[in-house]
Amino acid sequence: MTTFRARHLLGIEQLSPQEITTVLDLADRYVDLNRRTVKQSDALAGLTQINMFFENSTRTQASFELAGKRLGADVMNMSVASSSVKKGETLIDTAMTLNAMHPDLLVVRHGASGAVNLLAQKVDCAVLNAGDGRHEHPTQALLDALTIRRAKGRIQRLTVAICGDIAHSRVARSNLILLNKMENRIRLIAPPTLMPSGVGEFGCELFDDMRKGLEGADVVMMLRLQKERMDGGFIPSEREYYHRYGLDAEKLSFAKPDAIVMHPGPMNRGVEIDGEIADDINRSVIQEQVEMGVAVRMACMDLLARNLRAERGAKAAGVMA
Amino acid sequence: MTTHFENARLIDPEAGTDSLGSLTVDQGRIVALNGPAPKGATVTDCGGACLAPGIVDWGVKIGEPGERHRESFRSAGLAAAAGGVTTIIARPDTAPAIDTPETLEFVTRRAGEAPVRIRHMAALTKGRAGREMTEIGFLLDAGAIAFSDVFHVAENTKALSRAMTYARSLGALIVGHPQEPGLSAGAATTSGKFASLKGLPGVSPMAERIGLDRDLGLVEMTGARWHVDQITTTRSLASLARAKAMGLDVTAGISIHHLTLNEFDVGDYRTFFKFTPPLRSEEDRLAMVQAVADGVIDVIGSFHTPADEESKRLPFEEAASGAVGLQTLLPAALRLYHAGQLDLPTLFRALSFNPARRLGLPQGRLAEGAPADLVLFNPDTPFVLDRFALASKSKNTPFDGARMEGKVLATYVAGSLVHEAR
Repeated sequence: MTTFRARHLLGIEQLSPQEITTVLDLADRYVDLNRRTVKQSDALAGLTQINMFFENSTRTQASFELAGKRLGADVMNMSVASSSVKKGETLIDTAMTLNAMHPDLLVVRHGASGAVNLLAQKVDCAVLNAGDGRHEHPTQALLDALTIRRAKGRIQRLTVAICGDIAHSRVARSNLILLNKMENRIRLIAPPTLMPSGVGEFGCELFDDMRKGLEGADVVMMLRLQKERMDGGFIPSEREYYHRYGLDAEKLSFAKPDAIVMHPGPMNRGVEIDGEIADDINRSVIQEQVEMGVAVRMACMDLLARNLRAERGAKAAGVMA
Repeated sequence: MTTHFENARLIDPEAGTDSLGSLTVDQGRIVALNGPAPKGATVTDCGGACLAPGIVDWGVKIGEPGERHRESFRSAGLAAAAGGVTTIIARPDTAPAIDTPETLEFVTRRAGEAPVRIRHMAALTKGRAGREMTEIGFLLDAGAIAFSDVFHVAENTKALSRAMTYARSLGALIVGHPQEPGLSAGAATTSGKFASLKGLPGVSPMAERIGLDRDLGLVEMTGARWHVDQITTTRSLASLARAKAMGLDVTAGISIHHLTLNEFDVGDYRTFFKFTPPLRSEEDRLAMVQAVADGVIDVIGSFHTPADEESKRLPFEEAASGAVGLQTLLPAALRLYHAGQLDLPTLFRALSFNPARRLGLPQGRLAEGAPADLVLFNPDTPFVLDRFALASKSKNTPFDGARMEGKVLATYVAGSLVHEAR
């Protein structure tokens, strides 16, 4: 496991293809562990994990909490969204306060792009980005990659269509970077108002016609459309969006017959995806994504903890300056 | 007292010349060029270093009143002297804004603490809110050199047109910020590949052109005297050139940061690289350098904006905009000289001569009778910038750790030495 050298997991951008493969390989083993009756490991025994969510999230926070507990860490949840930050304390102050409690792993979600990078500069522990603004959501991209690899047998040379609100999506950004690094063909499908500018330069194809975009795709990734974008500001209405960009059986028929359907959740059935497609066990891997999420987060925290221990050991031995 | 500078490389932006010679100063004024040393004069051998008219830095934010912990008149003056800036044109975006003759009198009095000349702009509208015009007449009488709401763009075009019409009757110069406020709302970067990669809200460069076109339309309508604070994108150049060709009383400036940095310098959310307007593409940067060479853009300034650590140590979108620049303006500008893009007379035309002329000041010239506001510098001395060595109270510079060339050896205001390199 010497191929994973990162101190923090801030984004996919900082990972090499080898590091991504290392995470996925280890996560595969944690999938097996998680399917046993007794799901305990001691990889994080004695370590303290703090989940710091400046934006509310039930699913991601639960996934990180479970991952930490299964690895034997002491896990604490701080829902910062409703605490001192509202009293005017800055992000840095909050981070310094937490740092003084000597956590080993800090899992952070924040509404501003780059906020987690900023925080990582100020603390001594390993920081995991659980989503920052519209920037990155690395564990989501890794769990998506694991899901794809297990369904397709590989995570290279696939045609992946990402569809929906690309402009405001950190999931899309992290997936785009990861799939690019692993040498896949990527198509972005969105109404032009939800397509970020300059994204064509990242090495992907852009479509505003969903049927054309889905043609021959191996993987169809749907994105959640936030309620606040449906008011006529970005798209005319929910029903017109569903008509043009909602995934239903007819549109899915343009993809390969064995194409899988993914969604990071929570889904808006009848807005971006038809309920029947979402529940079709032959096409939809949405439940697997949730399962892979726990395993991938276990793998990430395990690898970061190893590096943290090695760094501290080296420091204690006086090897480092 | 008479001082005779000899063996100096005289940078004359008015004549466009760069030649070895001598210059004589008496009673605060330049009295001779390339003349003999008068009897009894103190002779300074410049050793071939450059002697140029001191920089007139248009658009400097000083923290008085309201934010003296960020910058005082004294600290700004010391930074200016160390950077070869002999005249500061201060901005009215203080707290409160300089929008009454009383606040203008206050800052005028306070400015006496600085070792360099300071002139003040006043707000065009009360509270810089873009609704009601200030007492433009009284403010002119109290010494306001120009009128500006700085980065606040008036959304009420009717109110703005009235203020412009009134200002015109008094011959007042207005400084506008070209930006379409709706398009740029919430933006932290220029839209495009970099903004998308970093997940930051961006604004199209077109917002600058749309804002500029509206303002130029109002200039055509009202006949106001107008200076555009910063032109930063290629898209604006045609409109600007057209307005000038039409004979409208319009000039334009740019910040040194937009001439020497581009959007990718922001890198990993480095807030010291956050500016208003945001940094642009490399293509735009190069086009702006050319526009300065061509004279389409008249003025280069530092847009010195002191910010404390707290306001910069925030997520990029929430962090304050702007950088200190009084002391780095000259070495940054010399990057363009060393890159072979602008010669020294052209640089000092934009740094000293043009701003002084546009503001009706006698500075900015190497001519008999002109005030002896001078900067003596070696353009080739290399150094690595340490932000904590800056004289400003605030240390928010994008050039921290940067390799730069150009050292100010001495700065003179009215013939008096106000800074000498150790």
